[in-house]
Amino acid sequence: MSALMQEMGERALRLGVPFSAQIDLTYRCNEQCVHCYLDHEDHGEMTTSEIKNLLKEMAEAGVFILTFSGGEIFLRKDFFEILECARSLTFCIKLKTNAVLIRESQAARLRDLGVESIQVSIYSHRPEVHDAITKVPGSLRRSVNAIRFLKSQGLKVVMANVLMTQNMQDYHGVQALADELGAECTLDPTVTPMMDGDRSILDLNAGESALRQLFRDEAFVGNADAFCAPPPVPDENSMASLPCSAGHTACYVSPYGEFYPCVQFPLSCGNVRQQRFIDIWRDSEQLKEVRSIRLRDLTSCSQCAHGSTCTRCPGLAFMEGNMRGPSTADCEKSFARTGIPSANLLAKKETTSVPRLVQIQIVPAITGSRLAGMAIAANAIAS
Amino acid sequence: MKLYVARSPRIAARMLGEEMLVMSGQGSTLFTLNPTATILWKAADGTTPLAEIVERRICSEFEVKSEEAQRDAESLAQDLAKHGILLISEQPISEQPIAKTGAPVQEQQQP
Repeated sequence: MSALMQEMGERALRLGVPFSAQIDLTYRCNEQCVHCYLDHEDHGEMTTSEIKNLLKEMAEAGVFILTFSGGEIFLRKDFFEILECARSLTFCIKLKTNAVLIRESQAARLRDLGVESIQVSIYSHRPEVHDAITKVPGSLRRSVNAIRFLKSQGLKVVMANVLMTQNMQDYHGVQALADELGAECTLDPTVTPMMDGDRSILDLNAGESALRQLFRDEAFVGNADAFCAPPPVPDENSMASLPCSAGHTACYVSPYGEFYPCVQFPLSCGNVRQQRFIDIWRDSEQLKEVRSIRLRDLTSCSQCAHGSTCTRCPGLAFMEGNMRGPSTADCEKSFARTGIPSANLLAKKETTSVPRLVQIQIVPAITGSRLAGMAIAANAIAS
Repeated sequence: MKLYVARSPRIAARMLGEEMLVMSGQGSTLFTLNPTATILWKAADGTTPLAEIVERRICSEFEVKSEEAQRDAESLAQDLAKHGILLISEQPISEQPIAKTGAPVQEQQQP
């Protein structure tokens, strides 16, 4: 993130402006990814006219960065009509897609409409691995062809790779493919629970040793010693800090109009079919509660050594049962990175006869700038 | 010689507080426009000559001599054009494809 963008984000926070938002246009999808958290049935998506009205309300409320995602956005027959409306309202548009339905003509239209970037899900450079994850034979070939079409139009493409047990060994290959195609590449080592609370897909998460291997891989994290260094003791500023931008400067709207702080934070704050977007943003009691939470208010994390550097996701914590509680997936990442168990993991260890994480890694000495390492990792690993 | 200016259809823009945020399609570069540049950018409809925009919208708003304002505005317009934010022509610029269906810039509501 550029310094100016960060400054604008801080200004939006001071002004109470929803600087960025994501709309999932549909949960329907032409892929059936093994790790997907969505119910792909259509339970009554917003109509074209409802979405256009929402876009006007979002523009009036100050939304600048708008992400269209799904499901697969190109399954909506009115997708380009919606996109054209959004661009006429001068949003900065980002798209998330598997790109399977993008051909030359769609790529050219995306260029003409001034889309800022297109994120394409790519799980492996090997068809047998990627296609097994999407459960669609030929899907890697089609997605890669689409990336070529998009790049030939001069568009910015980001390949998004979710790391899990099936593809953990392939991330170097995906990075090489991205380099060959002229695309950027992000890694996310977190599989999230289904939106209905079903946690069975968490079994797909890469294990601790795989995460450790990733966090020591200097091709992705920069200076590994710095990246994996023990966290500094949380100070007063850390204790007063916000968990993340969800509900503060960012929000999410589902295909059915439900308003949430974030796509990963299924706390319903209202429905844009019944209320104006700005009224929900301004007056929702749920959002006010989310906004009131500081690190010092968190039950376990306020006592945790990782408090100042943890990537704790409040949405994952909410899905674990308490938005003021820990997110165990993030505790496990902090542990894999530094070898230091979080307060939450220590508490779990005390109450569990067979601990999940039993080996504490010896932490190497700090040899470089910790912040520099974190910055590089933040680019490499979208967690 | 008359100059005409139009907002580029490839940019994203939004008012944030007192400043206009503009994201150029060229390299996803983010800019903030000061109040004068914001007035110029908002008034750049492709059909109103730049000189008229300066007289009506800038000289009336700021204590500045007309000649000086015209010179500064031309320089500013050239600068914005270099970044792909503004289009400049000696002829009126026809309606831009993306701007045809909606309001050019929405001011935010402060919650």
